[in-house]
Amino acid sequence: MFAYLVRRLLYAIPILIGVNIITFTLFFVVNTPDDMARMQLGVRRVTQEAIEKWKAERGYDKPLFMNRAASGAGVLTDTIFFTKSARLFVGDFGRAEDGRDISKEIASRMGPSLAVAVPTFLLGVFVAVVFALVLVFFRASRLDFWGVVLCVAMMSISGLFYIIGGQYLVSRLWRLVPISGYAAGLDAWKFLVLPVVIGVVSGIGASTRLYRAFFLEEIGKDYVRTARAKGLSEAVVLFRHVLKNALIPILTGVVVVIPLLFMGSLLTESFFGIPGLGSYTIDAIRAQDFSIVRAMVFIGSVLYIVGLVLTDISYVLVDPRIRLE
Amino acid sequence: MTMRFVPVPLLTDILVWLLVASAVAFGVSSKKNPLARAAWRRIGRNRPGVVAATILVLFVAVGLLDSLHYRKRLDATAPGQSAVYAVEALSLLDAIAAPLKERNEKTYSAPLATRSYAKETLETRDAAGVVRGVRDFPRLEFGGAHLGEDEAGRGRDIVKKILVAEVFAAALFALIAGGTACALARRGAKDVRGVDLSPARAWKAIWCGETEFSWNAVLGVVGAALVLLAPIVFLCVDYHVFGTDKVGQDVLYQILKSVRTALVIGLVTTLAMLPLAIVLGIFAGYFRGWIDDVIQYVYTTLSSIPGVLLIAAAVLMMEVVIDTHPQWFVTAAERADVRLLALCGILGLTSWTSLCRLLRGETLKLRELEYIQAAQAFGVGHARILLRHILPNLTHIVVIALVMDFSSLVLAEAVLSYIGIGVDPTMISFGTMINNARMELARDPIVWWSLASAFVSMLALVLSANLFADAVRDALDPRRAG
Repeated sequence: MFAYLVRRLLYAIPILIGVNIITFTLFFVVNTPDDMARMQLGVRRVTQEAIEKWKAERGYDKPLFMNRAASGAGVLTDTIFFTKSARLFVGDFGRAEDGRDISKEIASRMGPSLAVAVPTFLLGVFVAVVFALVLVFFRASRLDFWGVVLCVAMMSISGLFYIIGGQYLVSRLWRLVPISGYAAGLDAWKFLVLPVVIGVVSGIGASTRLYRAFFLEEIGKDYVRTARAKGLSEAVVLFRHVLKNALIPILTGVVVVIPLLFMGSLLTESFFGIPGLGSYTIDAIRAQDFSIVRAMVFIGSVLYIVGLVLTDISYVLVDPRIRLE
Repeated sequence: MTMRFVPVPLLTDILVWLLVASAVAFGVSSKKNPLARAAWRRIGRNRPGVVAATILVLFVAVGLLDSLHYRKRLDATAPGQSAVYAVEALSLLDAIAAPLKERNEKTYSAPLATRSYAKETLETRDAAGVVRGVRDFPRLEFGGAHLGEDEAGRGRDIVKKILVAEVFAAALFALIAGGTACALARRGAKDVRGVDLSPARAWKAIWCGETEFSWNAVLGVVGAALVLLAPIVFLCVDYHVFGTDKVGQDVLYQILKSVRTALVIGLVTTLAMLPLAIVLGIFAGYFRGWIDDVIQYVYTTLSSIPGVLLIAAAVLMMEVVIDTHPQWFVTAAERADVRLLALCGILGLTSWTSLCRLLRGETLKLRELEYIQAAQAFGVGHARILLRHILPNLTHIVVIALVMDFSSLVLAEAVLSYIGIGVDPTMISFGTMINNARMELARDPIVWWSLASAFVSMLALVLSANLFADAVRDALDPRRAG
């Protein structure tokens, strides 16, 4: 197990290098720093000096890979690739367009992101499992049929409508909670209720349908027939036998997104004005702040790879038959 | 004599037409294969699936009409001169819906309204002939203009138009339904019990759902569409049926235009995705070894970057390229079109990994089967094995994945446009409609019609795509087809 994990983590290194090369290619090779400078300073009527100044301020005036003017190790380190891309590996994300330190910004924005994402995630899984159990308990009945139809209909509504509609109904019409904003500490709850509820509702259609399929697959297995043959009631079969076994694919399926909760949710955070990483990312995309987008791409990939490793571990934990070699 | 117009084949137009044509060709050619025919029959018997497919056909028809672009010749051209064509590229849909496109009001107006949403200072002349400024809602320039002074007659006029429309719809429906029954009888179709159908019997079989193909579902959708759409068609000539937006554009027109954008995103993206997914997936699964390692490495790396961020990074870069090379594009429509095409390409490049993984897994299983080993023992080359023996057995996975991706792509477009990395802001799409409409709920009285119309039409499109995808999956997936 330990050896497997070490190997798994070592395998992550080439993947991260690959991610790094992709982002570097996108941000510096497809477009030269000159193009970026023109974009930031306005395309027309920009002097070459202004571009040079912009590049020098941000350290984009170095060569891409090889700096022949430098001496010693500087040939490789005094380049854009080393200062902008390779430094990401040690957690040095550099500065944003407005001059702020990206690492500090990320650290301070993680809290609000998690405050929305964690309750949404936990409640979402719980509610979907409960709904799926209800549908499976009444399977092949009218309730089941219309429940599935409702799930498909809910899947077909864009997430934007849930947020816009929810904000309009709850905050504007009924005036139950503030429309958007955030407060530190315990006061945050009234800003968090609505985003969490909307997050749960908008995800419920797809996950209920998926979990229902898991339950139905489990119900067709031999041990369930044995349990019924023993004379157990349907409720006992469902809750004591099927639920436990169907939780295996459900849990192992959601583990991969747990690390990504740190990234926050793009839409929810930007609509509700929550100062988390999701709204940070959206603002950066809108302001075309390439350093922030690059940093978020890197962090996102690291978290995804962590999620993959956690998934492997969770398989072993919930199903003792599986051994990682 | 020069032509009255010159066709402008936009890139996305060509691709959409090609895709729809090849989908139809694929469907027709697969009829020769008995297994595929059985699968088609299963879809045909699945009533929700047929309902969804019929609705999709209506959407596709609108999208295809909107994908034939041309430029009009300007009337000012003197006889001897070479023809001068308008800068703006119009589509066939624009020509059909010309009243909707051209009759713009000043600003918001409610559905079927005769007066504007916002008050203005109007100059009226009182009995003494003195001009006075009065704050009131001005009459719309076009909405209900035919009523003249008789504004109170609006209700009566609308009811009358709806009644006429319904009579027309009923007549048309009777014609279509009768035509279907006669066509079935003439083709020598049989009902489920194998009895030959006369026109009258055919009608009864359709009504009771006893035909092989669910004709009753098709006719039901056609009937419902006629009942709902005929009044809209009859009313849209004189009113703004779904109101107007901030700059006074008819919302119904925007919806019609959004359909094409959604179709292009949903269809053309698959074109970028398919070759990569199929070729790499099959190669990885069939050749294994270092080829497999490399391909797995590539798709693990790509899929480990969060999708939205990868799309955002690629779109930002594309914007820089487009902004720094304005000389590439003659018209704004072309620039928006290239941007849309690039967006499809980016979406395709970021979403091929999951299909590739599926195909690799399936190919791994297939290559161990006896018939492949037999082919190898006979000395059949790799290329032939891949094309003749492996690829045909993967089609169901590809088709299922394509149909299922369609709805998620349409939904993704809306979100991307909100973030600002979607289609060109000048291009009408569901995303830009929602984006423009979302602040309107804060107005008092609220402007609900743009958002509501976008919601309903998008739900209709995505829901029918989802239901159709379910029907296709049930029919094609060997594990589900019982």
